[in-house]
Amino acid sequence: MKLDNQKMKKFLTSSAVPLLFLLISVIAIPLSKFTGVYLVREIVTRLARDSFLVLALLLPVMAGMGINFGMVLGAMAGQIGLIFVTDWGVHGAPGLLLAALVGTPISILLGYFGGLVLNRAKGREMITSMMLGFFVSGIYQFFLLYICGSLIPIKSPTLLLSRGYGIRNAINLEVAGGFDYLLRIKIGGVPIPIGTFLIIALICLFTVWFRKTKLGQDMRAVGQDMTVSDTAGIKVDRTRIQAIIISTVLACYGQIIYLQDIGTLNTYNGSDQAALFAAAALLVGGATVNKATIPNAIIGTALFHLMFIVMPKAGANLTDSGMLGEYLRMFVSYGVVTLALVLHAWKRQKDKEMDRAFLRAAAGGPAPNK
Amino acid sequence: MMRVEGFVKNFGWPRIIIGLFLVSLFIAGPVFGVNTDMSFNDVLVRFGMNAILVLSMVPMIQSGCGLNFGIPVGLIAGMLGGATSLELHLTGMAGILAAFVIAMIAAAILGYGYGLLLNRVKGDEMIIATYVGYSFVFFMNIMWLVLPFRNPASVQGFKGEGLRVTISVQEYWFHQISDFMKIKVTDNFIIPTGMFLFFAFMSLLVWAFFRTKIGTAITAVGSNPEFAKAAGISVDKMRTVSVVLSTMIAAIGMIIYQQSFGFIQMFNSPLSFVFPSVAAILLGGASVNKASIANVIIGTILFQGILTMTPSVINSAISIDVSEIIRIIVSNGMIVYALTRKAR
Repeated sequence: MKLDNQKMKKFLTSSAVPLLFLLISVIAIPLSKFTGVYLVREIVTRLARDSFLVLALLLPVMAGMGINFGMVLGAMAGQIGLIFVTDWGVHGAPGLLLAALVGTPISILLGYFGGLVLNRAKGREMITSMMLGFFVSGIYQFFLLYICGSLIPIKSPTLLLSRGYGIRNAINLEVAGGFDYLLRIKIGGVPIPIGTFLIIALICLFTVWFRKTKLGQDMRAVGQDMTVSDTAGIKVDRTRIQAIIISTVLACYGQIIYLQDIGTLNTYNGSDQAALFAAAALLVGGATVNKATIPNAIIGTALFHLMFIVMPKAGANLTDSGMLGEYLRMFVSYGVVTLALVLHAWKRQKDKEMDRAFLRAAAGGPAPNK
Repeated sequence: MMRVEGFVKNFGWPRIIIGLFLVSLFIAGPVFGVNTDMSFNDVLVRFGMNAILVLSMVPMIQSGCGLNFGIPVGLIAGMLGGATSLELHLTGMAGILAAFVIAMIAAAILGYGYGLLLNRVKGDEMIIATYVGYSFVFFMNIMWLVLPFRNPASVQGFKGEGLRVTISVQEYWFHQISDFMKIKVTDNFIIPTGMFLFFAFMSLLVWAFFRTKIGTAITAVGSNPEFAKAAGISVDKMRTVSVVLSTMIAAIGMIIYQQSFGFIQMFNSPLSFVFPSVAAILLGGASVNKASIANVIIGTILFQGILTMTPSVINSAISIDVSEIIRIIVSNGMIVYALTRKAR
């Protein structure tokens, strides 16, 4: 009985955040006055659109580097790939594959750079990866605004700003829907993009397989304890760099999948919030900063976007102010990440204190009087 | 040679490069027809506007809480002070004093809560502070729409409720501190003496504070928490004091900014202060756990200098507007650089 109780407790603490979100959404759904079919359709679309980006975050978490806010590096690489493919006029799924091919070397390079930087900032990877994202975003903007069209030839004038060089702010993607329209079936008015889901399933399989490989095991060991792994002969720094490279490359593919569903590319700030929403989705799914699974990612994406759809409408219906719902949605997105990070850090600090108390008791010293 | 090396090591490469860049901009300016007096004026005014915000980083860095990415908490207290002062229809000195008092009370309360939160997340302060800042801004966005502000100058036109995005303080306390003992050098060059005096006063307060018993204790907590604890200092209490102090200075800095700018910017505006303020103090030579007033002054001059000079000089030189991108790369690059340096 006691065991059951503990199991129950464990289940509740590990899924407190998802349950909380489910509760918020359940309250907000009737207020938003959306129909069931509409909600299902929206969630299916958003699962296809966003899950890949969320899955890209899993490996760095396993390697003990926290949420890789630097995934925007990969997202930018993907966007560069898409811009070139649009310029070359390659359509449909082949275009997307070509974009991925262009984006891969760029994201490997950026990921390697990111890994090097993060190795110099052990213990504060998350804030560093976030700032790194902002920093590379400056270089990305410089590349697209001044290099493209002047040093790097861009044929299509519809892509360029009227001054003759630099990429436009918004681009209509010719490759839109490339994966979505592969094998699309309709069930009860809900179109299901099987093609995209197959790709997502593939990446899930890859993650499961990767965890069992030598490299995957090394990553987990590094995530548990860097010093112990080092003495066990694992090259800690190299393993961490590899985790970031894989995450960045996956984020590149994720952004391509995301954008082929959206259909237009917001050139200069399209990737800004990719990391925020992906991190929020993962954390809503019950993941923590040092443990994240595939179900966390998928459930989190569904729940987060359910809230994302209903919240503004519910807010607007309640208060007849459009902006209010928008702010509420942003507040909740950021609030989730804050809450999850705080809970995790708090728990870690408490564990540390408890360990210390045990050590003191074991050493025969006086018990801490607090 | 040794002395040169020592100087370079002390001063740091990023600062030397950016300092030289700034000097070259000032030299190149007149060649491309940029008004030198106007440039000086802009740099000085911007220094006065931003220096106190940068100063607000110091207490938290000293106590080991890291860079204050949660500065919006303080800025919002400043916005609240400004908007409430307008609500009371106070003008002139009375208006700005009321704004200060209200902002400081709000900042003390908010800072206390913020400090308690940061005490529970030691080691992860910076990323959590960033997200606390963002969440709090969006939370307050809702509040700005809902709170019962009534002054027609500050609420949205037709509805009569919900604050405007920018509220003019022209008729209330515009340039109340900037124009105190101002010195007019040329038509385009007016030294805002009041702001400098105020900054000097605030710096003096912070400097003196770190020489009191509590101040020394805060520095001790920052340099070695274990040692401080063994010496009988309450680590959590000292950290909370430093966070409250940082938040209050940020709130005051926001009001100084508003009175010089002429507008209270509401809603998302605090977010645009976060990274520039952090970058400025790092540019001044502070590290993640050590900062001084000199870092604040050098950093603000360098950062604001680059910000003012690049658009005017580079645009007239090569007629390409790269200033925004230079700003992004310099400020964020500086932060990444500081985060990757080993703690001293």
